[in-house]
Amino acid sequence: MKKDSPENNVILAAQDLKKYFPVRRGFLQRVVGWIKAVDGVDLELSGGKTLGLVGESGCGKSTLARLILRLMEPDEGRIYFRGCEITELSRAEMKRHRRLMQIVFQDPFGSLNPRMTVGQSIEEGLRAVGMKGREKRRHRVAELLEMVGIPGRAAQRYPHEFSGGQRQRIGIARALSVEPALIICDEPVSALDVSIQAQILNLLRNLQSNLGLSYLFIAHDLNVVEYVSDRVAIMYLGHIMEYGPVEAIYGHHLHPYSTALLEAAPVPEPSSKRSWTPLAGDVPSPFNPPPGCKFQARCPLVEDRCREGEITLYGVNGTHRVRCWKVLGR
Amino acid sequence: MSASDAFDLPPRQTRLQESWSLLRRNRMALAGLVIFLLFFILAVVGMVLTTGTSPQLDPSLVRLQEKLRPPLSRPHLDTLPPAETPPLGLYLLGTDELGRDVFARMLQGAWVSLTVGFVAVGIAVIIGVLLGGLAGYYGQSSIRVGEVLIVLLVVTGLVNWGRLSQAFLVTITVAIVGLAAVLMLSRTKKIGGMLFLFRIQLFSVDMLVTGLIDIMLCFPSFFLILTVVALLPASIYNIMIVIGLTSWMGAARFIRAEFLSLREQDFVTAARALGISDWRIILRHMVPNAIAPVLVSATIGIAGAILTEAGLSFLGFGVPPPHATWGNILSDGKNYLFDAPWLTIIPGLAILVVVLSFNLFGEGLRDILNPKLRERH
Repeated sequence: MKKDSPENNVILAAQDLKKYFPVRRGFLQRVVGWIKAVDGVDLELSGGKTLGLVGESGCGKSTLARLILRLMEPDEGRIYFRGCEITELSRAEMKRHRRLMQIVFQDPFGSLNPRMTVGQSIEEGLRAVGMKGREKRRHRVAELLEMVGIPGRAAQRYPHEFSGGQRQRIGIARALSVEPALIICDEPVSALDVSIQAQILNLLRNLQSNLGLSYLFIAHDLNVVEYVSDRVAIMYLGHIMEYGPVEAIYGHHLHPYSTALLEAAPVPEPSSKRSWTPLAGDVPSPFNPPPGCKFQARCPLVEDRCREGEITLYGVNGTHRVRCWKVLGR
Repeated sequence: MSASDAFDLPPRQTRLQESWSLLRRNRMALAGLVIFLLFFILAVVGMVLTTGTSPQLDPSLVRLQEKLRPPLSRPHLDTLPPAETPPLGLYLLGTDELGRDVFARMLQGAWVSLTVGFVAVGIAVIIGVLLGGLAGYYGQSSIRVGEVLIVLLVVTGLVNWGRLSQAFLVTITVAIVGLAAVLMLSRTKKIGGMLFLFRIQLFSVDMLVTGLIDIMLCFPSFFLILTVVALLPASIYNIMIVIGLTSWMGAARFIRAEFLSLREQDFVTAARALGISDWRIILRHMVPNAIAPVLVSATIGIAGAILTEAGLSFLGFGVPPPHATWGNILSDGKNYLFDAPWLTIIPGLAILVVVLSFNLFGEGLRDILNPKLRERH
């Protein structure tokens, strides 16, 4: 499925992205192994759409987000943003591109500088894009705050005066201050109450339709992902296990991990009977994994050939792809 | 749902107001602050009154016939020329063994103590913030053999400048030029071979700075200061600088530790994603969040610096006479401990009160700036 240069309406494409962290031990701090946090990830996100990224804790979702923003340097692979390869840009060139990609964080309490007023925090972004004139900036700050549903007069307040949901809105306003094309939402609602979650999700949706934003939406709540996403990628230990349109993933998912994940999600009716066996064991350590399929230790369908060699993503139909040969009957 | 439904804005309370209300509850800290402000005013007024060609209160005016007069005694106007009478009409704090007015000398000494305290701690905080910030923010980047060689060459060059023969200078210059050429060539990768030796990563910036901190902490600082002061010409500025150079380690450690945790915070990541420059991130986003413990230790450090200066002056290594400091008033007074106890009691009490007030205020500040306490409030 690899293409050399992505299509035109694709805003973000990652090819074979890898990030390994060395594990050092002993007095000499010798490298004894690697944690393969992101191990060959391919992604594609069209302009104005949302790509949901689902996975358990520690599967490399947040690392992937930081790689795409180039807050971390990938070890291998390429990232295309609006058709331009950003992995080899210099610092100065990257600075121009970076403002087009922004991030909204999970923790609303750590994502705002406690010593700055909300207005100052948002103004930092306006300064970064070189907006001149204090009055003009102040006006824009109020505008951005109103856009996320917070009265403009709140700009004088400090973050500790706001609740979690309000701070999350402020974080979104800050991301919007530099007029990005892509926002990476790193679990933006998982720290919030359910009622507030819905408000934030609707806000994100409205902003998307008004401003034509694209989202890379990272979450572990499957219902949330189904609600916001156009495409979904399911990640496990640094690999994309299954990728496809939201209907395909939720309708007829194929990978045994997807099945386990989606069926483990709670259903609103307690009486409904479900025929599923919960996954045995825990997520294995990403430290020096065995060769073959990453899911081999917990897979109900595992057989000998899964423990050798690399398994690629196979196309099912259209954009639906799955990293398993068993389910495809090969 | 409309924006105004989203929340009610709570009554406005700035950080300063909050701090002030917390400070008002802490009586000891408030007392420390008041005494400090009084001391500050007194020192500034004293500086104005005791300097110049004909000062209001002359701290070095010798009236031998009036020596060792107790506090609040009136001058003998019959034996004293009218120009030498104290302006207040009495010796507020008595006179010393040369008949000099102790009140005037205490005022002059107050300014010395104040400036020594602030300048020394200022130097310590600046060095500490710079080195600690370097270790905390850029700590992971490593230093290569080539860079160490360059620094060594430059330092030996500077140390031996103009002292050794020209032959030495020539060798040094050749060595520097040669090394620079080698490094330039290694950038372009035209010659490989032994060049990798220059690129071996020796240690990280963090290891360098923390190592320096540990080395500095190994020396008993008072004796280090004594040694340095014995070598340098005695002057008030040298003392300030030396005290500053030997007391920055605490601030550096605080800033390093704070930076290490702040660097991983989301708001710093967000600032980097917005494309803000490193300098602005450090100065606007990280330092304001890291400075609270440094302020506390600086306040207590001022007390320590005042005490160190008094100790040095008492031992005769401090500010040279005839300039008065609390330490040398105390030192001169100890010979007349039984005849004129006010010569030791007055400067001793002054040092005690000022140092105590700084310590109390510093500890109060620590409680006030403690975020846990804030939230409970």
